[in-house]
Amino acid sequence: MGLYRSDFQGERHRFADLRVVLAKASPRRSGDELAGLAAESDAQRVAARAVLADLPLCRFLEEPLIPYEADEVTRLIHDTQDQAAFARIRHLTVGGLRDWLLSYDATPEALAALAPGLTPEMAAAVSKLMRNQDLIAVARRCRVVTAFRSTIGLEGRLSTRLQPNHPADDLRGIAAATLDGLLYGTGDAVIGVNPATDSVANGLALLEMLEGLRERHAIPTQSCVLAHVTNTIRMIEQGAPVDLVFQSIAGTEAANAGFGVSLSVLREAHEAALSLRRGTVGDNVMYFETGQGAALSADAHHGIDQQTVEARAYAVARAFRPLLVNTVVGFIGPEYLYDGKQIIRAGLEDHFCAKLLGVPMGVDVCYTNHAEADQDDMDTLFTLLGVAGVNFVITVPGADDVMLGYQSGAFHDALYLRSTLGLRAAPEFEDWLELREMTDARGRIRALAPQHATTRRLLSGGSDADAA
Amino acid sequence: MPRDAAPPMTSPADDPWAALRRFTPARIGLGRAGDAPPLGAVLDFQLAHARARDAVHAALDRVPLQAALGGLPWLAVRSQAPDRGTYLRRPDLGRRLDPECLPLLPKGEWDAVFVLADGLSATAVQQHAAAVLRATLQRLPGWRVAPVVIATQARVALGDEIGEALGASLCAMLIGERPGLSVADSLGVYLTYAPQRGRRDSERNCISNIHRSGGLAPESAADKLAWLMTEALRLRLTGVELKDEQPPHLEHGAPGVGSRPVLGSGGPSADRPF
Repeated sequence: MGLYRSDFQGERHRFADLRVVLAKASPRRSGDELAGLAAESDAQRVAARAVLADLPLCRFLEEPLIPYEADEVTRLIHDTQDQAAFARIRHLTVGGLRDWLLSYDATPEALAALAPGLTPEMAAAVSKLMRNQDLIAVARRCRVVTAFRSTIGLEGRLSTRLQPNHPADDLRGIAAATLDGLLYGTGDAVIGVNPATDSVANGLALLEMLEGLRERHAIPTQSCVLAHVTNTIRMIEQGAPVDLVFQSIAGTEAANAGFGVSLSVLREAHEAALSLRRGTVGDNVMYFETGQGAALSADAHHGIDQQTVEARAYAVARAFRPLLVNTVVGFIGPEYLYDGKQIIRAGLEDHFCAKLLGVPMGVDVCYTNHAEADQDDMDTLFTLLGVAGVNFVITVPGADDVMLGYQSGAFHDALYLRSTLGLRAAPEFEDWLELREMTDARGRIRALAPQHATTRRLLSGGSDADAA
Repeated sequence: MPRDAAPPMTSPADDPWAALRRFTPARIGLGRAGDAPPLGAVLDFQLAHARARDAVHAALDRVPLQAALGGLPWLAVRSQAPDRGTYLRRPDLGRRLDPECLPLLPKGEWDAVFVLADGLSATAVQQHAAAVLRATLQRLPGWRVAPVVIATQARVALGDEIGEALGASLCAMLIGERPGLSVADSLGVYLTYAPQRGRRDSERNCISNIHRSGGLAPESAADKLAWLMTEALRLRLTGVELKDEQPPHLEHGAPGVGSRPVLGSGGPSADRPF
């Protein structure tokens, strides 16, 4: 562990170790202030960035932020880092990497080839030297394509998770919200329910209902009950129709232990889901959620700033070839991300770092009522992420999640993004929408009247076969 | 306009969502103005958000609260969070008592102290705390109860320091929960045996969702609280070892029990006292 010094434009600053440099270089956010890690002044913040800019990338391989022996996520990061992929940039500093990423040499192909050589710490470090527009411009060139029954992440596409939560897991209520979302053309990434009660019995009931609905209407998408991974493993053992295994994950072994998971449990779940062979166009079977602040709230951040430790979660995710990963960026509360500005910045950082590392990143664009944020801030973040090429966003009826008690995206927000930016649904799902006359000549979702055959069929509970 | 485009207005009889709305409080079947929701739905949402925000930022008005206590002795304390902005950013400060307030708390042989704390919704405390408190006291004849403590910029764990200073066997913290779009005045109660700094979440019992919009009514909350307090004093403990007669609040779908467990203040509760 070395001491880092800066004599940036006549001001002298000292930083005790690499963790401190990274933390002090981070844009201001409440979570780092809460942890006592944030820069003490704006000038110190810029000085730390100057240190970071001159730091060789190799230093991140020499100086793990958490000792190799003490943390299985650190071991995963270092054991799986691809030296051949890293070779082309190993001579660069963090600042040099920033310049290369922004150069015309960083094509989608070059970025994809580089991804396995990068560690999360390198991705986080370079993001701290990038403005919002840089994060957008580079992320837009990173393509991470995954598939199960639909193909997600193709250029010019924007997929959506349809999140039909209900405060008491009422099956009719969840079905009603699902049908509502389908009529807005959402759900091509996943129809995914957060259960109010996380039990095997309840999960089975939800899965059977979603499976019935999906089969009845022949929807080319996947369903998911976002239960704890150990419950999902039990559901698979009981023969349940599990498409995707979900789990919240974080960037340290201790934080994952707080979630009740380890890499070995995730491996077991991954193998169990693969054994079902339910995918038709691909075999990506995992779904992970992450979020800045998760490690600190579990008191498991090891003195690492919240954005860097968040990026480490993407190393966990990519080890399992997930179909979907999303940050729940504004969910965690104002003690981690205080206001719209901090939420927007964090959303762009998380999306950029994940994509750079080769993770199929989506974002839950969201906020709570005690954060200094509103729908206008979410509109801004939605638009920026749409430009940045986000794989998917989360949508709920009217932006109001009545179970988790926060504001996420609305079905309408997906319409806005697709119309305004010319983005389309996953190809398999788009075909399904066209076949049911739900799209117009320009591919936009039509506002169907209640009398339209598709509306009637969906809302009456009838199947495609009934209508034939 | 295509022949089957939605007409601008549909009568309730034509609205297929009317039947489905019985099954969920979610904002389904809103309709569209192009890609956007209709203006009415936009304004409904803005009003709900405004009420929630107003509840988060409202200051506790002590005068009507004291009046509602009906002559019970009371005293007022504050946390180390000097203002609302700091309170929201620094939950650690909201858990610590302002040192100047410490001498106000009379040490005694108290069975219990009731703390009325603003938490994330002063509105909830304003509207329901006195009713819950008075109804609970009626159910606990003969208890030695400390003066009611009114605490501002307070998190749940502030009750530990208050209870410890008073020497109370039990601390019942009545605190405003994080407002949602549908309910902005939900009150929670956290009961802690032998309160002292450093108590963990698992060492408390919680009654949540106390409000008059389909939640737990104050009288029912008082039944539950008085039972818990009696049992806590008898068994000399609170927390996971003290089982409620019924499953705790699953009917309200407490966020955080499912797929987003550790994500900080995701739940409806005023605070996660880490």
